[in-house]
Amino acid sequence: MKRIELKEITKRYPGCVANQSVELSVSAGEIHALLGENGAGKSTLMKIIYGVVKPDEGEMLWENQSIEVKGPAHARELGIGMVFQHFSLFETLTVAENIALSLPKAEAKSLDALKKRISDVSKRYGMQLDPNRYVHTLSIGEQQRVEIVRCLLQDVKLLILDEPTSVLTPQEVETLFKTLHQLSDEGCSILFISHKLDEVRALCDNATILRGGKVSGHCIPKDTTTDEIARLMVGDDTPLSEDYKKATGGEPYLTITNLSYKSEDPFATPLKDISFDVKAGEILGIAGVAGNGQEELLNLISGEETTTASCVKFAKKAVANLTPEKRRILGLGFVPEERLGRGAVPDMSLEENALLTGYQGELTNKGWINTTKVKAFAKQIIEQFNVKTAGSLAQAKSLSGGNLQKYIIGREILQNPKLLVCSHPTWGVDIGAAILIRHALIELRDQGAAILVVSEDIDELYAISDRVCAICDGELSPVAPTNEVTINQLGKWMAGDFSPSDTHSDTASAGPLANVGGLS
Amino acid sequence: MDIELITNILFATIRTGTPLILIALGEMVCEKSGVLNLGQEGMVLMGAVLGFIASVVTGHAGFGILAAIFAGMLMSVLFGFLAISLVSNQVATGLALTIFGIGLSAFLGAGYVGMAIDGITAWEIPYLSDIPIIGKILFSHDPLVYLSWGIFGLLFWCFKSTRLGLTIRAVGENPEAANAIGISVMKVRYGAVLFGGAMAGLAGGYLSIAYTPMWSEGMSAGRGWIALALVVFASWKAERILLGAYLFGAASIMHLVLQGLGFEASPNLLAMLPYAATIIVLVVLASDAVKTKLSTPLALGQPYRPQV
Repeated sequence: MKRIELKEITKRYPGCVANQSVELSVSAGEIHALLGENGAGKSTLMKIIYGVVKPDEGEMLWENQSIEVKGPAHARELGIGMVFQHFSLFETLTVAENIALSLPKAEAKSLDALKKRISDVSKRYGMQLDPNRYVHTLSIGEQQRVEIVRCLLQDVKLLILDEPTSVLTPQEVETLFKTLHQLSDEGCSILFISHKLDEVRALCDNATILRGGKVSGHCIPKDTTTDEIARLMVGDDTPLSEDYKKATGGEPYLTITNLSYKSEDPFATPLKDISFDVKAGEILGIAGVAGNGQEELLNLISGEETTTASCVKFAKKAVANLTPEKRRILGLGFVPEERLGRGAVPDMSLEENALLTGYQGELTNKGWINTTKVKAFAKQIIEQFNVKTAGSLAQAKSLSGGNLQKYIIGREILQNPKLLVCSHPTWGVDIGAAILIRHALIELRDQGAAILVVSEDIDELYAISDRVCAICDGELSPVAPTNEVTINQLGKWMAGDFSPSDTHSDTASAGPLANVGGLS
Repeated sequence: MDIELITNILFATIRTGTPLILIALGEMVCEKSGVLNLGQEGMVLMGAVLGFIASVVTGHAGFGILAAIFAGMLMSVLFGFLAISLVSNQVATGLALTIFGIGLSAFLGAGYVGMAIDGITAWEIPYLSDIPIIGKILFSHDPLVYLSWGIFGLLFWCFKSTRLGLTIRAVGENPEAANAIGISVMKVRYGAVLFGGAMAGLAGGYLSIAYTPMWSEGMSAGRGWIALALVVFASWKAERILLGAYLFGAASIMHLVLQGLGFEASPNLLAMLPYAATIIVLVVLASDAVKTKLSTPLALGQPYRPQV
């Protein structure tokens, strides 16, 4: 039986076609992957199914009946559940209260009865969850469980998961996959959106691939190679393979010693006695699930927060009490996680954004802006980093995520930093742009810069970093050369288990996600 | 000071605090849903003037109160249409509403200045009001005071343990997520704004019909603004609004009493007392940053535009 069928779905936005004549069909109990790069139209399609967005054209069949989904509430009545990439949870409410809000009134009458149901369901599917806890105290993985349990409580027939694994540790991914298999055995259909091909091959029965809003192909992931699927995703003209030589680096440039810090923000993670160094000419990668102290650590390195001077040193000079500006003069380049708002000012032009971090150099003279040089600098970034834009006067917010990221990274790299700190350098960036960014980072490393990369993308850290470690709940794991750390080991570190273990013995049995390299 | 004086002070404290409680509770609900309505002062004045006029015309204080509530709601519909439906800037719209209300109320009430009405008389609760001291302080008020307690209890319960309370908080924290789980953000916000308007109108009616049964221009004397600040300093908690409003009332009365007793201090300094005392106490209460952040509506003041 077909659970859901989409026919000729088209959705246009001003200036772009998000979906063009998309066809999709999912049977009962099938795990179906929806693949595509960012901007390929996956999210729009999911929102159409869930009733958040109305299609301009096309027809939707639900269990062979033609229907029009009026809104999320209607979708849930039909038995469609959705786990968003950005969770739709309320942080100031408890788990049970969050779930109560999305259930029909009659079912949510007694909060105590509901708590029991939550415990039962979460046990049955192997997802531990305490209904009394406040959502803001949960890890990202646990928050995702709340979303899934919320769907499961409503007799779900089609579960949509939007990039569910991007925020999980490898071990959490395995637990999730077990749950999903159990669900599909019980007849629930699953639509799994991802761009991690290894996971799709491990989990899904069928796949539909989108490119530029159109269906570019179908395949059975188990019988198709990663490269073939990637080809369907990116088209013919993008190089796919990446292989970088590891470097050992020279003298330590950034040194962090016994850094403990508690920010004034009550939701921030306190840092506990962190020590590490980044050598000139190497890339150090810090893995970890978001919200484990990365942001706090980066704020202290960039100078957005200050503390006892000697905790952070640039080439032996104590800097932890200096402002960002003074640290930049010493040779710091910084690429923050949020592009719009912190990396770039959305309403300013690219030229003005170039000036924002480049003003200490030749771009200004005694406080006067040299507009010719600013224009030239902006154009240089656009050309060297292949930024697709209407011109150097375009507003930063008009660029797509990937292009803006290329621009921001280019702006920092072209100032020849001695230390470059990047947070999630390729998050939400498509494969082509990601490769360009990684190439640029490696090139900068080979010129002798110290580079610190914080990322949730483990494959990326394996591809580019020379040494790697993980951060969990404000504590840093041991630091080790990347090729000596197995993915299992790194996963344990990410989950907070820093005990020394069989680093070398379990290299071969690293699980379904271990074939790293090639493509992320 | 003798017992009788203290009893009188406490009695007056409750009367003075009541309009603040009404306005602040209404604004609290409104802000919990994520809408910042700075038009309280205007809505209070419109409630006061229309309530007074209706009392004069019909000769019934009860009709006056209903008219006051209706006037407040009418003003809040105007605000809701601009700020929710047309997604205008909430701060600017609220300020405009206040200025509009001040002007229109002065215009409408011009012919009624100096008139007298019977107003609402106190209703001494049988038996309870016979209790010495406490009976006089708590149970010899006009019905609107008791009503303010009822509304307080209702809201306290609503936000503590009902789905409606959860829904309002959810909309005020994350309207996009609320929409995604099928809550109509528009409806909830309109409802909250209307409730806020009704409460502000009621407070206006209380002022012109019960507290001082007369109309004079600008008679709300900044209570709308004080209530707005009270909501923030009370961390959007109904019980703290009650506490803060009575504290403010007590300090206001104390400053008059102290002056009357010939207390040697600048009257200007004494006039600061209510503001300083209220702010200090509520700030100390709100010093636990985590708990305060948990009760703050995160999406406060942010317009919500549904996706299409």
